[in-house]
Amino acid sequence: MAQIRLENLNKRFSDFVAVRNTNMQINDGEFFVLLGPSGCGKTTTLRMIAGLELPSDGKILLEGDDVTFLRAAQRDIAFVFQLFALYPHMNVRQNLSFPLENQGMKRSEIDAHIADVAKLLRIEHLLKNKISSLAGGDRQRVALGRAIIRRPKAFLMDEPLGTLDSEFRELMCSELRALHDRIKATTVYVTHDQLEAMAMADKIAVMSKGEVLQVASPTEIYRRPATRFVANFIGSPAMNFLPSQRGVRAGANKVMVHDAEIPVPVIQEESKNDLTLGVRPEDVVVSSEGALRGEVFGVEYMGSRQLITVDTQAGRLKVKAPNDVQASIGDNVGLTFRTEHLILFDNATDRALKSEWMSDVREAAVAHG
Amino acid sequence: MADVSLKAVTKRFGKLAAVNEVSLEIKNGEFVVLLGPTGAGKTTTLRLIAGLEKLDGGSVMISGHDVSSAPIADRDVAFVFQQYSLYPHYTVYDNLAFPLRSPLRREAEDVIRKKVNDIAKMLRIDSKLANKSTKLSGGEMQRVAIGRALVRSPNIFLMDEPLSSLDAKLREELRVELKRIQIDRGATILYVTHDQIEAMTLADKIGVLENGRLVQLGTPKEVYTKPNSVYVAQRLGSPPMNLLPVGLLNQHFPSSTKQVGVRPENIRLGHDGKTARVVQLEPLGSETVVVLEVEGQRVEALSDIGTRWRVGQETKVSVLPQNSLYFDERGQRLEAA
Repeated sequence: MAQIRLENLNKRFSDFVAVRNTNMQINDGEFFVLLGPSGCGKTTTLRMIAGLELPSDGKILLEGDDVTFLRAAQRDIAFVFQLFALYPHMNVRQNLSFPLENQGMKRSEIDAHIADVAKLLRIEHLLKNKISSLAGGDRQRVALGRAIIRRPKAFLMDEPLGTLDSEFRELMCSELRALHDRIKATTVYVTHDQLEAMAMADKIAVMSKGEVLQVASPTEIYRRPATRFVANFIGSPAMNFLPSQRGVRAGANKVMVHDAEIPVPVIQEESKNDLTLGVRPEDVVVSSEGALRGEVFGVEYMGSRQLITVDTQAGRLKVKAPNDVQASIGDNVGLTFRTEHLILFDNATDRALKSEWMSDVREAAVAHG
Repeated sequence: MADVSLKAVTKRFGKLAAVNEVSLEIKNGEFVVLLGPTGAGKTTTLRLIAGLEKLDGGSVMISGHDVSSAPIADRDVAFVFQQYSLYPHYTVYDNLAFPLRSPLRREAEDVIRKKVNDIAKMLRIDSKLANKSTKLSGGEMQRVAIGRALVRSPNIFLMDEPLSSLDAKLREELRVELKRIQIDRGATILYVTHDQIEAMTLADKIGVLENGRLVQLGTPKEVYTKPNSVYVAQRLGSPPMNLLPVGLLNQHFPSSTKQVGVRPENIRLGHDGKTARVVQLEPLGSETVVVLEVEGQRVEALSDIGTRWRVGQETKVSVLPQNSLYFDERGQRLEAA
């Protein structure tokens, strides 16, 4: 198992900077997710860790050893592309033994490896079955088994679930995470899907345009996003952004949104720029009161919750509400906000302003343990 | 707009009954969603109504007339496909106006202009009318594709996963807009999807399909809270409903119960009941899925983000009787005694 460190890593493709001054540490046994939209540099970063791409400058350390210029094969890292690629004409055992035979491993050793993996993934009873006869979930488990059977120091995965339909993706997220909890192999996982990242990661690094914007636990990133970009990228339905006033003093505890005065956590730094108030849908309450008023545009039943869309003078808002809240299309409603979770973003820098909430680190983030 | 009804509609492909005696009423102004996994018969049902496939049995009625063997053009339905199919060399305006300029209609250009402008405004693409359709983003293209169907007033709109090729944020945005447009215009829509969130949020009624058969039809709330079977229960809800052995969390149940279904949001944590150990945590953002082990059984619960959990921690789990569903050996739901 391994710790991976990136120091001032840069990658340029002629004039284009794909990865810029990236520093991060991936701890031994951590499930680390590189998250961002396409073109943000996440795959390039992963390929540099794998040794499939050489950095323009900077260092890559694996267990403290500088591997920056070692070839991929010398790094003992397994690169997993798509999980579903199995040989349909072979049985489960043959699929599992294939990567080991390719390494020239002895038969007895291969059998021991297969027995271990089959037990770990609970597919011992399926070893003689043809791939084509397996149910979808079992098939994915076999695919996982083939990825882990080589026991590398670290796993690098590039959107391994990208081609699966949503039902399987959820199932596989769960399986992957459970497997990780059992074998604790350092894993670097690339995805553009924030739900996947949230469900699996110990830590998420959110990237945009070649830069790392924030590295933190899923819960921390969700609750205290460092920039508006991060706030918008994480969470579904997305955070609401309301245009607010220009400039704020340190010590302020309210801001204006349209003509409504909204209490906010005490702001701890000054800004002279235009500001945006960020509010998660579950932190808005529909009531008869509230300085900000609006008209209900839509009400969506979601089983355990409902989603209410409200058009206000400050734009369209989504509210995640319990099912007992009564709202119908066309209703004029008031909106109040859970003050302690509100975030002010500086439009000029995209950054969240320091506040009582943003610097509150007493709450330990939910960790996977 | 019109009432549409299916009576024992059947379609076979070789030995396979892709659609098997499906009967369904879609009332004027109603939004009905057919939900099911790939191969359940959703798209075939749409194509049978449109006349793109021939029936092997049963009948399709539109406004009380049997159109089972009527040609496509006589049925006056509008079809929206998963992949937007626009004319790339046309502007947005011309794409929207196209169905109105059909030689069968010959509407006056000023009437067309008004209709196109109204629809464009409603779908918030009015600033793009002069653009070539290839110059649009994916979300804008699908808006135009939907707009091109809405610009007419057909008997019924048939929509085949129209939002599935869009990214999650756009899908959310368009979903609530589509529902609002349907309400405002009183449009009759039959919509096909495998996405349970779309089904629950859009539908007045959801029809759940299983291997070509319609196994339940009801309001989203009915289907979610009173599913007829394990199959239906598992189609709705994320994370999915827990299926638990009899007696694990419940003391009282109908005698032929083989499995008990409990939705994750209805698992009560920390109050009283059986001892459970937290084995996995999956943060979703505003909520966290807490995976527990109770007497060797995996149970998923939903917890709000304010509560802190640790893997390995012990807690108590219970469920209220009114939040339990009882299923027999065939997976059919039993009424609680």
